[in-house]
Amino acid sequence: MTGKPRIGVFICHCGENIAGTVDVSSLAEEIIDYEDVTFSTDYEYMCSDPGQNKIKEAIEDEDLTGVVVAACSPSMHEDTFRKVAESAGLNRYQCEIANIREQCSWVHGEDGGSPTKKALKIIKGTVEKVKRNIPMEPVEREHSDKCLVIGGGIAGIQAALDVAEAGNEVILVEKEPTIGGHMAQLSETFPTLDCSQCILTPKMVELNQNLNIELMAYSEVRNVSGYVGNYEVQIERKPTYVDPDACNLCGDCEDVCPVEVRDEFNQGLTTRKAINIPFSQAIPSSYTLDTEACLGLNPLRCSECADACDADAVDFDESSEFVEEEFGAIIAATGYNLYPKEEMGEYGYGKYDDVIDGLQFERLLSATGPTEGEVRRPSDGKVPENVVFIQCSGSRDPENHNSCCSKICCMYTAKHAKLYKENVPDGNAYVFYIDIRAGGKDYEEFIQDVREEDRVLYLKGKVSKLKEIDGKLRVWGLDEISGERVEIDADLVVLAQSIVPSEGASETSQELNLNLGPNGFYKEAHPKLRPVESLTGGVFFAGVGQGPKDIPDSVSQGSGAAAKAIDLLSKPTLSHDPQVVEVEEDLCSGCGICVGQCPYDALEVNSREVAEVNEILCEGCGTCSSGCPTNALSLKNLTDEQLTEMIHATLGD
Amino acid sequence: MQEKENKLKVGAYWASSCGGCDVALLGLHERILDLLEGADIAFWPAATDFKYEDLKSYKRNELDITFFNGGIRTSENEEIAKLLREKTDLLVAYGSCAHQGGIPGLANMSDKSTVFDTVYRDNPSTYNPEGTVPLERSEFNGGELELPAFNERVKNLEGVVKVDYTVPGCPPPPELTQNFLDLILNDDLPPRGSVVAGEKTVCDECNREWNKKSIDEFHRPQEIEIDLEKCLLDQGIICMGPVTRSGCDASCPEMNLPCKGCFGPPSKVDDQGAEMLNSLASILQIGEEGKALESEENVLANLPDPIGTFYSFSLANSIFGGKVEDGGNNERK
Repeated sequence: MTGKPRIGVFICHCGENIAGTVDVSSLAEEIIDYEDVTFSTDYEYMCSDPGQNKIKEAIEDEDLTGVVVAACSPSMHEDTFRKVAESAGLNRYQCEIANIREQCSWVHGEDGGSPTKKALKIIKGTVEKVKRNIPMEPVEREHSDKCLVIGGGIAGIQAALDVAEAGNEVILVEKEPTIGGHMAQLSETFPTLDCSQCILTPKMVELNQNLNIELMAYSEVRNVSGYVGNYEVQIERKPTYVDPDACNLCGDCEDVCPVEVRDEFNQGLTTRKAINIPFSQAIPSSYTLDTEACLGLNPLRCSECADACDADAVDFDESSEFVEEEFGAIIAATGYNLYPKEEMGEYGYGKYDDVIDGLQFERLLSATGPTEGEVRRPSDGKVPENVVFIQCSGSRDPENHNSCCSKICCMYTAKHAKLYKENVPDGNAYVFYIDIRAGGKDYEEFIQDVREEDRVLYLKGKVSKLKEIDGKLRVWGLDEISGERVEIDADLVVLAQSIVPSEGASETSQELNLNLGPNGFYKEAHPKLRPVESLTGGVFFAGVGQGPKDIPDSVSQGSGAAAKAIDLLSKPTLSHDPQVVEVEEDLCSGCGICVGQCPYDALEVNSREVAEVNEILCEGCGTCSSGCPTNALSLKNLTDEQLTEMIHATLGD
Repeated sequence: MQEKENKLKVGAYWASSCGGCDVALLGLHERILDLLEGADIAFWPAATDFKYEDLKSYKRNELDITFFNGGIRTSENEEIAKLLREKTDLLVAYGSCAHQGGIPGLANMSDKSTVFDTVYRDNPSTYNPEGTVPLERSEFNGGELELPAFNERVKNLEGVVKVDYTVPGCPPPPELTQNFLDLILNDDLPPRGSVVAGEKTVCDECNREWNKKSIDEFHRPQEIEIDLEKCLLDQGIICMGPVTRSGCDASCPEMNLPCKGCFGPPSKVDDQGAEMLNSLASILQIGEEGKALESEENVLANLPDPIGTFYSFSLANSIFGGKVEDGGNNERK
């Protein structure tokens, strides 16, 4: 800046909000005598069009170098007035707000000291600041336009498809050998009773065929560094020991494999071989050799599968492959697990074969399941005549288990009872519930239908005891509505087991510095207004990892997260407010005190042993500059010199 | 030998100090002979027999340079400081006491009468049945004896006269002194007012590795087995390195001792102790149950000597200056 500063002060009445307490016209008269103030005026509403024009005209006519608008909080109209200053040819950072409303007129009544005097001091301080402001331009940064989706359940699939459809490259990383997630295990979906696989598999195929999407199944995110727009991610592709291109899915390997272990896809109701494909529509469509189950990946111990493979697709020498990729945005869709049996002492879960969880019952109901859709109980394959469904198993129980509501259980239990009754029309279905929560579209009608048409008996109350007596599962409970004790001899008990976040949530939260809530679900940036965003820039949430939700909600959130990612990726560069911290390198000794202080991970000590600010990540909070022992760090346009002069001006007469 | 007229006239003086700075000048060893080739000693009470009358007889600025060590404790210290200022072209605050008041400045946590009581009356090794303390005037054998006045507070040299250069340290390392002399002899001095040492902090010269830079427990060096590679702050030892001007090659941390701050603060810091407290407040991990720093109250309880820790050398030059009695009428800098 050349020459002396020429500062204009614009005092807003804000109707009576300011003028009712503060003598605005005397303020304008007094401040004109202050050093470097060359223009002052007051007006009823500075934020109105005529008010804005006054500022614009004064900047042009009076050749102002800086503007102070004495008005409401900068969180209200700072941007408004900075745009006005810009339109008149000033840099936007040469306009500052002196807050004489929230910090003055509103807190001082008629007998509350001298609000006019105080307002004058606030304005003087702001004049001292704006005089020393430097013009700044937004920080611009290149970014990658690739998106990483972690998790290949329905939420991740939807997010990946939407981002890819918008023209961005996507890598979807799935821990398991196939995408599809829990939805692939479900029989039919409430309330419309569509076949789950029938509506899911087309999406899986679409994802697999989309040229913008690279699917990395049986892979895990190992290391993440960088920041919004520029994440560097290391992904481990675990060896499947089967070449998917060569494998023709003949299944000969599976037939000869001598090892049988618990089949995860059927929730342990059946076994699978060490070499297996989770289900026939699995994508990628190929076999995986589970090393934990395999006798040893060594032809000397067993090579039955490799010997049986005519396509020579089995390769024991495969090893993990580590891929490094850059991403602009990351969508965490890590999904859920059921609350583990080990944590539950109640209901004989894990003790009696015929006490099963909701996902196991889904498999029993599924046409691709172990009973091909016929409801037969696990212990002896008999068709159960009396089935008890227990809701909130491990949910809504802060003293013993999880405090939260798993949200989907009321609906899927009703669906289970309905499908059971359709399967076994003469059977009896009993549902123990605390409350029925059926808030979704057409959900309440579905529940009513199950209660009335399917004649499922709903019992409001908790089960107090469950014990096997004479080959039956005796269930004791209380029907709170009739006030009577209930005793049912059941053939099968289905627990609506609580939903907990998968291990992927805690792993991903550590890699990406994400917050988790009390139940371990991802914590969103704002529970209402930013539900798919994390506080880490460029990282978004989709699906149950963020909280229990049903399929339509998971799909919606997948699309929501995709929209946020597309918004970020489609911008030519990342732009950021330039009011950040800067380092005076001559003064910095690289002591590192600032690094741990930064809540945004925006600081590091670089190879030259001085602190370096990532201007895209810095939010200008100033924590580091106040902790810096040598005062090498300072906030742009809020330097120690500015603060000192502001204090002098404010404390002086 | 050079022509006598071209020789520099050099002075040295000790005010309130331990004498270590004079020894540090001699610590130049044989290099002091090189100095004497280009300079004449015109005043150095610790080493040569000059009287105040000699000093008074010099013309204004007749001495080219004077190394002044020690803080200003007595009226005599102050008088000589002013006299030397008048007679010297370049007045150098040499060592921590002249620079910042130094260790004697810690007495500013007590007033004059408490200092006298402690030193002359209450000290267990002092035999003084009559409770005599030094007096500015006293009768002895029919005559009157005079002693310099003992000021209420210690000041640094800058507190009484303008200082041209500062060579910091307790005492200044010989390399630093040598470097300063080289700058003089080569006519290559920085602008007046400069502290002639490093421009960064001890951390810059320290080879220890820092990791988390956070403290959840304080330790004194004798209490733990100190890791030789790791930052002392990371080990809970309060090291003043982050707020102390470089130039000593981090000699204390290299010897497994925390920096005590003898070089004073770097250029943009006014108050070394306050700045350290400020930075420390940023890295203290307070609040974990069962830990020493469970609460804010525990922080001070775990710091046995805060003034001696944060203001070892700089109390006399600090913003609060020392103990402030109720009413705050103490003499301030």
